Amino acid sequence: MNASSDPGSALLEVRGLSKSFGTLRALQEVDFTLRAGEIHALLGENGAGKSTLIKTVTGVFPRDTGIVRLGGAEVAPRSAKAAVDAGIATVYQEVNLLLNLSVAQNLYLGRQPTRFGLVREAEMRRRAAELLAEFDLHIDVAEPLGNYSVAVQHITAIARAVDQSARVLILDEPTASLDRHEVEILFAVMRKLALRGIGVIFVTHFLDQVYEICDRITVLRNGRLIGERETAELPRIELIRMMLGRELAGTTSERAAAKVRQAGEVCARFEGYGKVGCVAPFNLALRRGEVIGLAGLLGSGRTETARLVFGAERADSGSATVEGKPVRLQSPRDAVAHGFGYCPEERKTEGIIADLTVRENIVLALQAKRGLTKPLSRAEQEGIAIRFIRLLDIRPPEPERPIGLLSGGNQQKVLLARWLATAPRLLVLDEPTRGIDVGAHAEIIRLIRELCDDGLALLVISSELDEIVTYSDRVIVLRDRAHIDELEGEAIDVSNVLAAIAATGTAGAEAGQA
Amino acid sequence: MMQRLLQSRGLAQIIALLVILALDRAVSPQFFDLRMQDGRLFGSLIDVLNRGAPVALLSLGMVLVIATRGIDLSVGAVMAIAGAIAASLADAHGMPVALAAALGAGLLCGLWNGFLVAVLGIQPIVATLILMVAGRGVAQLITEGRIVTFTAPDLVWLGNGAVLGVPAPVAVELGMLVITGAVVRGSALGLLIEATGGNARASELAGIGTRAMILAVYVWCGLCAALAGIIAAADIMGADANNAGLWLELDAILAVVIGGTSLFGGRFSLVLAMVGALIIQAMNTGILLSGYPPEFNLLVKAAVVLVVLLLQSPRFASAGAVLGRARQ
Amino acid sequence: MTSKALLAATALVAITLSLPATAAELTVGFSQIGSESGWRAAETSVSKSEAAKRKVTLKIADAQQKQENQIKAIRSFIAQGVDAIFLAPVVSSGWDAVLKEAKEAKIPVVLLDRDIDPSGKELYLTAVTSDSVHEGAVAGEWLAKAMAGKACNVVELQGTVGASVATNRKKGFDSVVAKNANLKVVRSQTGDFTRAKGKEVMESFIKAEGGGKTICAVYAHNDDMMVGAIQAMKEAGLKPGKDILTVSIDAVPDIFKAIAAGEANATVELTPNMAGPALDAIMAYKAKGTVPPKWIQTESKLYTAADDPQKIYDSKKGLGY
Ligand SMILES: Nc1ncnc2c1ncn2[C@@H]1O[C@H](COP(=O)(O)OP(=O)(O)OP(=O)(O)O)[C@@H](O)[C@H]1O
Ligand SMILES: [Mg+2]
Repeated sequence: MNASSDPGSALLEVRGLSKSFGTLRALQEVDFTLRAGEIHALLGENGAGKSTLIKTVTGVFPRDTGIVRLGGAEVAPRSAKAAVDAGIATVYQEVNLLLNLSVAQNLYLGRQPTRFGLVREAEMRRRAAELLAEFDLHIDVAEPLGNYSVAVQHITAIARAVDQSARVLILDEPTASLDRHEVEILFAVMRKLALRGIGVIFVTHFLDQVYEICDRITVLRNGRLIGERETAELPRIELIRMMLGRELAGTTSERAAAKVRQAGEVCARFEGYGKVGCVAPFNLALRRGEVIGLAGLLGSGRTETARLVFGAERADSGSATVEGKPVRLQSPRDAVAHGFGYCPEERKTEGIIADLTVRENIVLALQAKRGLTKPLSRAEQEGIAIRFIRLLDIRPPEPERPIGLLSGGNQQKVLLARWLATAPRLLVLDEPTRGIDVGAHAEIIRLIRELCDDGLALLVISSELDEIVTYSDRVIVLRDRAHIDELEGEAIDVSNVLAAIAATGTAGAEAGQA
Repeated sequence: MMQRLLQSRGLAQIIALLVILALDRAVSPQFFDLRMQDGRLFGSLIDVLNRGAPVALLSLGMVLVIATRGIDLSVGAVMAIAGAIAASLADAHGMPVALAAALGAGLLCGLWNGFLVAVLGIQPIVATLILMVAGRGVAQLITEGRIVTFTAPDLVWLGNGAVLGVPAPVAVELGMLVITGAVVRGSALGLLIEATGGNARASELAGIGTRAMILAVYVWCGLCAALAGIIAAADIMGADANNAGLWLELDAILAVVIGGTSLFGGRFSLVLAMVGALIIQAMNTGILLSGYPPEFNLLVKAAVVLVVLLLQSPRFASAGAVLGRARQ
Repeated sequence: MTSKALLAATALVAITLSLPATAAELTVGFSQIGSESGWRAAETSVSKSEAAKRKVTLKIADAQQKQENQIKAIRSFIAQGVDAIFLAPVVSSGWDAVLKEAKEAKIPVVLLDRDIDPSGKELYLTAVTSDSVHEGAVAGEWLAKAMAGKACNVVELQGTVGASVATNRKKGFDSVVAKNANLKVVRSQTGDFTRAKGKEVMESFIKAEGGGKTICAVYAHNDDMMVGAIQAMKEAGLKPGKDILTVSIDAVPDIFKAIAAGEANATVELTPNMAGPALDAIMAYKAKGTVPPKWIQTESKLYTAADDPQKIYDSKKGLGY
């Protein structure tokens, strides 16, 4: 072990880093210090500049000013590849993997084990399987990556970065799509790496996780450095104040407030609804003003349920009624026509249309619903866009900015706006708060409550049990692609949900029948 | 500064067009001369517009197809089919029948392509390759391999006539631009096409009927190609199934790309696609006027296209900006 | 011999019912390129009538522009045991193997209209083609004679760049220009052998040459380009055939219509009758063993308004141009 990787010494030093996109000053004179062997949280609101800081350090973006030192020596990588070569491995927020290649190929792309210039496929697969086993992931690594869930894809990306034997590992919101168990595994790996003297930068919006694993915290706001603290010495309230620049009002996650609502009439009902190989037939009645939470592990059939309800998958059994009338939901288009909306889990591939502006992304579903012949005028579009930019505090508040240039959390808000603009009767939200900062998180939960008060029915999927428990009137628990349990009223709390998820197969089946 | 300028939409194309026109003027001093001849404007500038009309019409359909992340290789063949049908029917059945039949054929061709792409999910480049190859064969069957000539004056007018001095092909082209623009931008079609091309899965989930959208753009493209074929036939008062529209699909694609629409779909501009077609034709006409030996035609063309595309490339623009800064 | 006659007779009944069912003496297989142009269609129909005239059974296989189809056709002719094979080769190379097979089967091969690579010279009996350098020269001679020493600026519409016909027709014409100081080619561009391009290029020539005032004659490597050029001249308010003289090559029907209307002056014929001389050579070879020369050059006849163009138009129109 050489001197630079002694625990405590500065491993990565960033000094006076600035970066502008046109007139937008995304980073201004930012300093940042990562010590060897520490896990360092990089925190801030959506759009604060976290991802930009990372990308500027790793050379994805050219920097305007500033220097970066790694182990005392100045480095200026000009591409992500160069950064890896210099010893900085990164999992970017928008994970870029090749879904049509196998898991093993994705893990070893560009560094495949070869002999006589030929790729040793078998060797590569063996190593890939071993590597993923460290993450408690036991899958067929010869399958195309696209056949697996988003979580598996994320773990693959993380494993790839971890395996690049770097001195610095950067993880930009790696846990957003992972469930508790997977997060535990990832944390174990991070701790192991830290012990080896590797410095880890960890970006997240889950403050619990910050307090669980991070040694120190750096906070950014509006592209400026706000401060650098020891985790142990920074109370949560103070941290939030640093991030938001204000107190967080009314974020108490009390169920009481939610419970005074009384559920209205059934607005959509699904009976014996299911699809072979997708989700077992289920009964589901959604009432006006009601929030139904879908809980379960990854791959338990939550997203599949959402897609069936929205017509993105075609049911092969059962029937659906909207406001008492039988309907056929053959496509999302049908669902939208009946007043449904759906924010998918996969923001980049299924949500945003990166080239189009925030305005266009917001009005898209409304326009599709109105049909071709009733175009929204430019003024109407602008009016809608500005209303939702204000309502959801989308930043920067520029309707004409291509959505692809927004920070991840702000993109998520735009997608929410897209559906709110259609004034839906039923909204399906798959991981709605993923990647959203504390401030906005509270906003969105408040918004969900308000929407329900206005008579909207909500079906929400979230890996955050705290969150689900906070706003749900009923929680449906899924396992192995079947609805196995339903909790209502007082029964809804984290431990009950966890118990239902963990219940043995038979208990679950009984509960499902009950 | 330079970066901002070059990146503002359409400016690169307009500059390129102006530069090429200036070069045309340099090789041919009478380039901008205009006079009336038989009630029709006459001059090299008019030639550029007139000769560019078929490719401009093609690019009008092609730009929509490309915006949905597709491509239509069959437009040249569809031109040949439409020209062959119009020429075969014109003298015996009159212009309305000939025109309707030819446009109908274009519509069917578009429907076929759209069906393969949108319904069967075949990759556009492969799906339209089928008609590209087979279509010319169909046209040759119709004309039996010869040049079918006709004299029906109202059909000939489409090639040689004039509206207020503007050559008929140019008038047709502008008419189609206005109609397409009205349909696409006057309705929500434009936005929905851009969304579909930008991210088809996301668009589908936003409730857009992406299949219908894709079908529609191929039909429109077929229609535009048929119109281009009719004009090309009217121009020489005959249908030349072997040569009509030959390789023009490539010019149309090039026009669209020069017009700043990405082959990866998404944002498109009808007007800039037309400007792209004009750039190509201004270059062709310039080459013809220059008097250089024809062996250089393709080289000159390739060089100019390269420069125009470079001007548009964001990397090139930022490199330009860096250079500019260094010089200050 | 009897078995061969029998074979020929069966083939005749099976394939060419349309031909008069007289006792044919010879059966010839003709591998035609396709029907990609009017001239090609005319060649096919003239070949049929020339064969019928000589009571020869002609089996025509249309290769649709594909060499592999031609090779297949030749093999099937060999299998059928025809007396001779005519081949209009779509490309100039790649014939050695199949022509050897024909030679081994002792079936003489005659190339029509196009030659093949020199390496295969001993593999065929003779080639009947026109001399495209000569065609260009005939066109040039006409112009030289028509101008009779007066100065004349010529614009030239070339065929497709790189096509041998285009190169040769240019060469022939240039050789005459070189001998006549009064003739000068002022502009030369390719019109790709098509009407549309011929028209476009002529439009630009007119613009570049002071509205056409300084052009005295147009020479086009084929009639189709000239038909396009004539339209361009008319649209520019010029009188083709009078203000600007025209001479082109091929002698397709439409140019005779223009000559009849006084809008074109001369054309050099590329005769579609390649089969006639070929059949004569084969018949002599079969009957008396006369070995023909390696190259039979067809006539490049010049036509002008003096040759009753309307009548030629009518007769040519029926040939499938
Ligand atoms: N390529 C780009 N071009 C223009 N602006 C950009 C680009 N990338 C980011 N931005 C802008 O820079 C600012 C900082 O974005 P960044 O992605 O760094 O935020 P973040 O802190 O990572 O937020 P989040 O928590 O939402 O991921 C935002 O206002 C964003 O819109
Ligand atoms: Mg980010």
